[in-house]
Amino acid sequence: MSLVSLRHLTKTYQRGPEKVDVLKGIDLDIPEGDFVALMGPSGSGKTTLLNLIGGLDSPSAGEINIKGQRIDRMSGGQLAQWRADNVGFVFQFYNLMPTLSAQKNVELPLLLTRLSGAERRRRAEIALKLVGLADRGKHRPAELSGGQQQRVSIARAIVSDPTLLICDEPTGDLDRQSAEDILGLLQSLNRDHGKTLIMVTHDPKAAEYAQHTLHLDKGTLVENAEASA
Amino acid sequence: MKYFHLIWAALFRSKTRTLLTLFSVIAAFLLFGMLDSVRVAFTSGGNSVAGADRLIVSSKLSLTQMLPVSLARQVETSPGVKQSTFAAWFGGIYQDPNQFFPNFSVGKNFFDLYPEYVIPEDQLAAWQADRTGAVVGASLAKRHGWKIGDTIPMQATIFPRQGSNDWPMTLRAIFHVEDQTQQGQENQLMFHWEYFDEANDYVKSRIGWLTVQVDDINHSVDTAKAIDALSANSDHETKTQSESAFQQSFAKQFGDIGLIVTLIMSAVFFTLLLLTGNTMAQAVRERIPELAVLKTIGFSNHSVLFLVLAEAILLIGIGGLIGLGLAAALMPGVSAASGGVIQLPGVPSQTWIFGLALMALIGVLVGLLPALRAMRLNIVDALAGR
Repeated sequence: MSLVSLRHLTKTYQRGPEKVDVLKGIDLDIPEGDFVALMGPSGSGKTTLLNLIGGLDSPSAGEINIKGQRIDRMSGGQLAQWRADNVGFVFQFYNLMPTLSAQKNVELPLLLTRLSGAERRRRAEIALKLVGLADRGKHRPAELSGGQQQRVSIARAIVSDPTLLICDEPTGDLDRQSAEDILGLLQSLNRDHGKTLIMVTHDPKAAEYAQHTLHLDKGTLVENAEASA
Repeated sequence: MKYFHLIWAALFRSKTRTLLTLFSVIAAFLLFGMLDSVRVAFTSGGNSVAGADRLIVSSKLSLTQMLPVSLARQVETSPGVKQSTFAAWFGGIYQDPNQFFPNFSVGKNFFDLYPEYVIPEDQLAAWQADRTGAVVGASLAKRHGWKIGDTIPMQATIFPRQGSNDWPMTLRAIFHVEDQTQQGQENQLMFHWEYFDEANDYVKSRIGWLTVQVDDINHSVDTAKAIDALSANSDHETKTQSESAFQQSFAKQFGDIGLIVTLIMSAVFFTLLLLTGNTMAQAVRERIPELAVLKTIGFSNHSVLFLVLAEAILLIGIGGLIGLGLAAALMPGVSAASGGVIQLPGVPSQTWIFGLALMALIGVLVGLLPALRAMRLNIVDALAGR
C-alpha cells in the first residue's frame, strides 16, 4: 500500500492577471519505507509538490492521500496537528531557533504533545545521539558548524517519530564532506529506521543516495529512474 | 508552562533592544506607581468620618471662609464631642518667600488634641504664658538655627498688624514627632490665636477651622452631623470631615490631583504604547522565518498568536512589576517629605491592581497586531522569504 498517493494533483498560482500552472495533474504513489529524490530545473514545481505532500500548502485540484488520510480536505488547524503527528521537515538553511540550545530546538515538536518535561528531554537526547551530536545539546546553533546544524535539524525532524520525512535541499548549503555525512544519515534513517523520505535536490550525487529519483519538468513528472543506492 | 522558555528566549533575542524597552517600561510604571499612589491618597478613604477619632470642622463654602469663634464654644458642648480646639491660617513668611512653611494661630489647648507633637512641659508652659510666643517643629528650628528665646520676625502676607507686616514672635517651645513617616510635620510654626485676633487689622473673632476629638469613634458620623447642624441655614454653614479628608481638601486647592495624574499618565502610556508597539512589530518582523518553522512543525495559528501576545505581556509585565516595586520602595520617602499630608507607607493595593490591569492591557495592545500578523503568516511564502 502506498504511503503517499497523489491523483490529478494541480496547483495554479495567480501572478497578477496571469495564471501559472505550477503542477499539472500529477499522479504519484510512494510506498512506505521509500527514499525518493525529486529533481528538476528551477521552477519545475519540486518545492511546491513537496509543500503539498507536507501539508504546508493546499492544491488547486486533485487528491493528496497520505497514510489513508485525505489531507487536501483538512482545515488549517487539522493540517497543523497532522503535520505534528506525521511529518518531519528538514530545510536547506536548517531553520533552527538561534536563541535556543540544540537540545531545546530538538524538543520543539514535543511541546505539542502531552509528554512531561523530563520525557521531552530524554527523547531529544536520544534524537541527538542518533544524529551523532549527543555532546552538543547545550550548544546554540551559532556555535555549531553547518553540518552539525543540519544534524540538529534532522534530530528535530525525527524526535516525534514521524512516518514521513520531507527534505528540501538538505545539503544545498553544505560542503561536500558534510553533505555526504548528512546524506548518509538520511539513508540510515530510511534503511535502519524505516522512515519514508522525499528529498528535493539539484545535486545528482545526492540523488544517488535515494532508492528512486523522480524528475519534474514544467509541472509534470517526466520519468522515473532507479537510483544506484 | 512548557512554552515559557520559548517566549523568554524570543524576548531576549535582541538583548539591547529588549533592555532599552524594558527601561522605558520601568520608568513609565515607576512614574505611574508614585503618581497614582498620590492620586489614591487624595481621592480615597478620606470622605467618610466613620471611625475617625479627630474631626475637622471648616466652612462648607471654602477653606478660605472663616468661621465665628462663638461656634467653638457651641461645638465644645455638642453631643459626642470630648474636646475641641481651633486654628486660623496665617500664611506668613520668614525672610525668603521661597522657603515657605505652614504657619497658623492656634487655641491655647491645641496641643492637647495633638499628642503626637511632643513638647517638654516647661516649654509648653512658657509658650502658654507668653502672648507672642511661638511653637515650631524641631526640623524647622534646625533648618533656621532657631533656639528657645529667639525672636522670629515673621512677615504677614494676608494679615497686617497696625499697618505693618511685621509680626515678631518669641520662640518658646520646640516639638518633635516620633513617627518617622510623619516627621515632615515638624516643618510648622504655631502661635497664639489671641495674639492673632487682637493684633491683625482685618478680621476679628474669626477662626479658620476647629479640631474636634470625639467621645466614641463609633459615633463619629452622628457627632459630625450634630456639629454641622449647629450652623445649618446660617451664613457660616460648616462641613465636618475626617482629618485626612481635610488635608486632601487643603492640598486640592493647588489643583485637581486626579486630573493632573490622569493627563500625565495618559501621555506617558501613549508614548510607551508607540515605543513598545514598534519594538514588538520589529521583533516579530525579524522572526518571520522562525515563526514559519514553528507553524511548519505543527504549531497552530492560535499557538503562534499566543506566543507573540505572551511575549508582549511578559515584556510589559516584567518592566511594570519592577517599576511598581521601585515606586513602593520610594514611597515612604515621598510620604516623609510631604510632611504627612500624603500618608503612604508604600504603593496602595488599589494602585497595584490598576497597575496590573494596565500591564495586561498595554501588553495585549502592543502585542495584538504583531501577533495577528504571526498568526496569519502563510508558511510557504514565509519560508520562501516572500
